[in-house]
Amino acid sequence: MATTTAPTSSHPAEASRQAKHRPDRNYRRRQRWGWLFVAPFALIFLTFLILPLVYAFRMSLFTSTLATGNKFVGADNYLKAFTDPIFLQGLGTVAKFALIMIPAQMLVALVAALVLDNLATWASKFSRLMIFIPYAIPVVIGALMWGFLYSPRFGPASSIFGLFGLAAPEFLAQDSIFGSLVNIVTWQWAGYYMIIIYAALRGIDPGIYEAAVLDGASDRQIALRIKVPMISSSLVMVVIFALIGTLQFFTEPQVLRGVAQGAIPVSYTPNMYAFTLAFSYSQFNYASAISFALGIVVFVFSFIFLFLTRKQSGLK
Amino acid sequence: MKAKFLATAGIVAATAVALTGCSGGSGSGGGGGSEAASCTNTIVNAEAPQVTVWAWYPAFNEVVDQFNNANDDVQICWTNAGQGNDEYTKFSTSIESGSGAPDVIQLESEVLSSFTIRDALVDLTEFGADDVKADYAEGAWEDASSGDAVYAIPVDGGPMGMLYRQDLFDAAGIAVPTTWEEFEAAARQLKESGSGAIIGDFPTNGRAFNQALFAQAGSVPFEYDSANPQEIGIKVNDEGAKKVLEYWDGLVKDGLVATDDAFTADYNTKLVDGSYAVYLAAAWGPGYLQGLSDADPTAVWRAAPLPQWDAANPVQVNWGGSTFAVTEQAKDKELAAKVAMGIFGNEEGMNLGVDKGALFPSYAPVLESEAFANKEYEFFGGQQINKDVFLDAAAGYEGATFSPFQNYAYDQLTEQLYAMVQGEKDAGQALDDLQASLEQYATEQGFTLK
Repeated sequence: MATTTAPTSSHPAEASRQAKHRPDRNYRRRQRWGWLFVAPFALIFLTFLILPLVYAFRMSLFTSTLATGNKFVGADNYLKAFTDPIFLQGLGTVAKFALIMIPAQMLVALVAALVLDNLATWASKFSRLMIFIPYAIPVVIGALMWGFLYSPRFGPASSIFGLFGLAAPEFLAQDSIFGSLVNIVTWQWAGYYMIIIYAALRGIDPGIYEAAVLDGASDRQIALRIKVPMISSSLVMVVIFALIGTLQFFTEPQVLRGVAQGAIPVSYTPNMYAFTLAFSYSQFNYASAISFALGIVVFVFSFIFLFLTRKQSGLK
Repeated sequence: MKAKFLATAGIVAATAVALTGCSGGSGSGGGGGSEAASCTNTIVNAEAPQVTVWAWYPAFNEVVDQFNNANDDVQICWTNAGQGNDEYTKFSTSIESGSGAPDVIQLESEVLSSFTIRDALVDLTEFGADDVKADYAEGAWEDASSGDAVYAIPVDGGPMGMLYRQDLFDAAGIAVPTTWEEFEAAARQLKESGSGAIIGDFPTNGRAFNQALFAQAGSVPFEYDSANPQEIGIKVNDEGAKKVLEYWDGLVKDGLVATDDAFTADYNTKLVDGSYAVYLAAAWGPGYLQGLSDADPTAVWRAAPLPQWDAANPVQVNWGGSTFAVTEQAKDKELAAKVAMGIFGNEEGMNLGVDKGALFPSYAPVLESEAFANKEYEFFGGQQINKDVFLDAAAGYEGATFSPFQNYAYDQLTEQLYAMVQGEKDAGQALDDLQASLEQYATEQGFTLK
């Protein structure tokens, strides 16, 4: 998103400055055409994004319990959300996931991109495709598939571990579900991030490498001292994507819950909590408040991260 | 530059809010609605007014066709909106948005209170429900009504029995247990016999199954009457429930039963491949078992009554069973009530349900018929399982009361049972914690505790 909006957005600004000085009729007519082109998007954006947002926010200011009617409570739902141990526990869970999962995804994606960038054979194209393929599989399908791979009866684990005379770990038990989920998400997303990083690497002028080689730099030095710093803004963007995705963690645990209900409670992540509140317990108002509370947390975390990495991402 | 990037991040974050906001917020509801409905079935008489129905019964299309052919003044327009929770989610959303619900909906009896408290269902007494009361099994009728009000017409029930593998029992020299004490002894004997099988499963996500086991020992978890909807009595940690849970905890600790999640692929496989020797099942269980692919053709299944705590005073319990209710959004409530009462409320319709859909009928003329009692089931080697097991179980069932937040109660029960089988707490502690969490929830939801 950042890469596409940044370069183009300067043109309308310039145009409007010019318009202030000479507001001729031709320009106005062109402007009308502009609105026409934007209209379909604007309409959909308004109907499916802004209106539901406003509606949901309005809902979050009311409360309606099973036994009593609907009444306006203002920010009470938010106060309740940020003191709700279940919500906070869910936030703790996704924070833990963020700490483990994002570095794991980044590492896999970065290493794969660096290696592929150096390879110039048919194998690189093939490997690139292979690493990317998991991303092309819908998240729900991926999670279902892993549910089978983790299954003690259907999964390959028992036969593989059996070769060495060991008992297979129970991937869906309470203690190991965390690692199992990290594995699924990393598998699913590392390829996508790899492509972003790879594209950034391809954008670097090869002349720089030639200069570095002349100066006696090894491949490893080129990778760590030249390539990584030069693509830092892409890395920051990837982390932001991963951060937002992780804080909103929902699909994989929701699907795996089907085979591991005990290990994954309904309120495992804040998004699952909001979903359950709304659709299982009919608490639509509080669910809206939880959703917005999560939105606030996502915004704050993204802001803090962008602030801390403003140098690497080129914001400053 | 800085501002631009932050704006982008802001949009991304706002999108995040929007995505979650959507799920919590508006929602468009499922299909349905009397006017723009698209029916799964073909309408026979296009002139007649139509009633939209959501239902997931097996082979329901034939029942609908039968009804439509027999009625000129009303036609059913049927949609399968998903089974159980899938359908309830859609229904719940349409209640919230005030549109999109069907006229008549299939609901399990255990969730009726959850919808009556939201004023989503019509009291059918004013449309003549009392007149047909005598046509239905008492327990099933009790489940569908609250106080004097009748919120649904029962269709099928789930009286419980025990399906077991005769071949595995014979190999280990085990007699069919009639009490829970004998059941435990059989479990030990099976384990010591070196058979690869285990006697059965205690699923922590068993929900209504676990609740039924508690009820058999006299546990009455909820006291609730929709005539007085703000008051509820909760007693999930009574003596009966504790006795049952301690018993199963003991079996789990001794490794005599498995603790697999029910209705997963693993569980289904174990049901049919000889890993479990016993399937404690409702009357719809034989159909479920038969429907599992890869069912072992050499397996010898038989049905027997559910083991009892006190053989002299048997207690029958029920697991599942569903009904037809009329929603408040129905355009013509009288017509909708006619459909709810009429579709399975005749022998032709109910027989189709029994023969094609393996339903266990609540409709007395079929339930009490000779043909149903004498029906021989090939899967059980020609055993007359209705006569032998399920008819007694159904006759002895007196009904139950469910809470208006049954989904929450089940989720909490699952969490506590899981903690118990993980060895984190004992049976008593698990039930006490369950009691505390339900009391707190009820208070938060504005109920007064009795």
